[in-house]
Amino acid sequence: MRVILERSNLLKSLNHVHRVVERRNTIPILSNVLLNASGAILEMKATDLDLEVTEATPANVERAGATTVPAHLLYDIVRKLPEGAEVMLRTDEDGNAMSVISGRSSFRLQCLPQSDFPELSAGSFSHIFRIDSAALKALIDKTQFAISTEETRYYLNGIYFHAIETGGKLKLRSVATDGHRLARAEMEAPAGSEGMPGIIIPRKTVSELQKLVDVPDVAVATELSDTKIRFTIGSVVLTSKLIDGTFPDYQRVIPTGNDKALVIDRQTFAAAVDRVSTISSERGRAVKLSISDGQVTLAVNNPDSGSATEELAADYSSDPIEIGFNARYLLDVAAQLSGGDARFMLADAGSPTLIQDTADENALYVLMPMRV
Amino acid sequence: MFAVMAAPVNDPEHGFCRDCLTLQANEKPRCDRCGSPRLARHPELYRLRLAHIDCDAFYAAIEKRDNPALKDKPLIIGGGKRGVVSTACYIARIKGVRSAMPMFKALEACPEAIVLPPDMEKYARVGREVRGMMQALTPLVEPLSIDEAFLDLSGTERLHGRPPAMVLADFARKVESEIGITVSAGLSYCKFLAKVASDFRKPRGFSVIGEAEATEFLAEQPVTLIWGVGKAFAATLERDGIRMISQLQKLDRAELMRRYGSMGDRLYHLSRGQDERVVSADRDAKSVSAETTFDIDLASPADLVPVLRALSEKVSARLKKAGIAGRTVVLKLKTQDFRIRTRNRQLGDPTRLADRIFQTGLHLLEKEADGTKYRLLGIGVSDLTGVEKADPPDLVDVTARKRALAEGAIDSLREKFGKTAVETGYTFGRGRSANPPELLDRDED
Repeated sequence: MRVILERSNLLKSLNHVHRVVERRNTIPILSNVLLNASGAILEMKATDLDLEVTEATPANVERAGATTVPAHLLYDIVRKLPEGAEVMLRTDEDGNAMSVISGRSSFRLQCLPQSDFPELSAGSFSHIFRIDSAALKALIDKTQFAISTEETRYYLNGIYFHAIETGGKLKLRSVATDGHRLARAEMEAPAGSEGMPGIIIPRKTVSELQKLVDVPDVAVATELSDTKIRFTIGSVVLTSKLIDGTFPDYQRVIPTGNDKALVIDRQTFAAAVDRVSTISSERGRAVKLSISDGQVTLAVNNPDSGSATEELAADYSSDPIEIGFNARYLLDVAAQLSGGDARFMLADAGSPTLIQDTADENALYVLMPMRV
Repeated sequence: MFAVMAAPVNDPEHGFCRDCLTLQANEKPRCDRCGSPRLARHPELYRLRLAHIDCDAFYAAIEKRDNPALKDKPLIIGGGKRGVVSTACYIARIKGVRSAMPMFKALEACPEAIVLPPDMEKYARVGREVRGMMQALTPLVEPLSIDEAFLDLSGTERLHGRPPAMVLADFARKVESEIGITVSAGLSYCKFLAKVASDFRKPRGFSVIGEAEATEFLAEQPVTLIWGVGKAFAATLERDGIRMISQLQKLDRAELMRRYGSMGDRLYHLSRGQDERVVSADRDAKSVSAETTFDIDLASPADLVPVLRALSEKVSARLKKAGIAGRTVVLKLKTQDFRIRTRNRQLGDPTRLADRIFQTGLHLLEKEADGTKYRLLGIGVSDLTGVEKADPPDLVDVTARKRALAEGAIDSLREKFGKTAVETGYTFGRGRSANPPELLDRDED
């Protein structure tokens, strides 16, 4: 293989691809990126056996061929080359090493044979549709923070995507929960998604996808079966296994009978929560909300360091209530709301609270209160 | 300082009798009053205040106390034919039986030994009695295990009307007469040497290591005497030609730290008898666990799961009693060929529920129950926290609340009607531990 290409193109593609490669691997080939030069393109591929990202970039291919080299090493080298440089990748005759040459810099990397590189066989897909990149990004952004990291409940370690008919319209919904909070977002279901199976996309795939779809106005081709999903964003192809599990019946968790409505300025509220929670030494201490006519008092009490309170004006006219929430969870939700006001629908201090986005009826959040 | 003391103190070179506490008037080898040869004499006898107390062959001593017929017989406390020796009495020790020795080896060395399964509840009860007596001497009692502790007796001279050395001898005497077991005491100026001293003349020992003699005394000891120097580290030192503490005393601090990192710093200080660690009464446990060695090796989930359940309940009961919870569940297995496998899993929230601990342990066990034969199973929790945030209500797992309520109901029934009043199907009919006998261990490091 002998190929010459612009550093910027190589860097951009490697940037997308190398993140898939885990820093520590017990299987040596998984530390490597597959390079495949043919025609006028260089294709790069990396995998962790659950997730595979492939990207093609234009290149001047002088001699077609393929090899694999350590992904993070290659990425770090290319990253440190000067801007505007040209890079030549050239394998030795025996294929045991690859040279990276740019200007006066020259590197030799050890190769592993491309034939050892594992292929994530995709099988056939049952559903194919296109989603606007911004809409897909919104579905991810609004729910990703609630993904559970608890290994025991592996079926919560991702975002649940499914198509559902509601109010006479077909919607594509994303849902994530860790048992303490739940986030749900939806969009109009794209044509072709009808009848798709409910799928759970694993956290790592979600976060890679989130970065890849951070481009406006791209139609993301989505292909899925009940075990795999593939997204094609421009020249990048991401293929991932899905979590083999059943997502719990989340509808049951969303309260419908909460009748105490609190409407409060989102930014003022978030800033105040952030301020009073300074006093709590550890993450996840409760903020107590004492809500009465037209007013909310936030209070944090930390027996080790002291206490804090702040009063806020709010729109509230039901019976007074005291309820505690994890400060971080409140901030996470507040960060996702887009409207000027946040609407809390409360029942009592021990029951789940519903939080709505006053500017975006497609998103809603549920928080479990904490004992205070 | 001792001028203000209530009791008169004699010349430390004359010392006092450990049996009748009479102050001695001369340097004769036996007590002036009762004729006992057990005299405490040391130039620093009335200046030292840091003590380490260790019960002698604790489990065996309790069994011999409760059954005098065992008194002159070699006695081993341990698990069945396949378990390990927990404690061997001194008669069995003469024959070469040691703690942690596999039982078959112990019985090879001493075939006539009587083997009893451990009665941990009884030992814990006696351990608490001994500790209670220690706490009557000073609030600064730092337990190291069920049967040993450090005591800082500084500032108690006025309270007791006698110096720490006599308080300690009196304590040993009282434990013998009131509880019926013997202890060994070490008295020094630091923790390291107090512990070394208590180990010096077991059983019924009373040893003193003074500040003036420390360096000289240590010089003649092997490096393994130093706390933290185990087999592996001793081998490292051996490779560098270091076997005796005297060799460490000749190396400077920078050199030791360069060679052995932070351990080098410890070697430097301890080899010179410098130990600044204070006795702290509230050293917290870092994990709570329970484990059991099987009578026969087990491989099938059908055999392992009931044991896991019983141990989970045991861990949970201790968490609840101590008012703590843990965030990480740790499964421990020992294979037929003595390899230890530990697997752990972090939970979303701390727990103290037997159900959570068991279910999490079950997940971990499923992967290990691959036909491998195991001789030991243990389960525990670490990452200990208070209970405020333990087991919060969950949005998704709607049955969790019900299971927690059921567990609470089981707990209160057990409290009222005994531990076997209610059992789960996992352990029913198998005895409460599902596989007695067992070794319980509250790991504090």
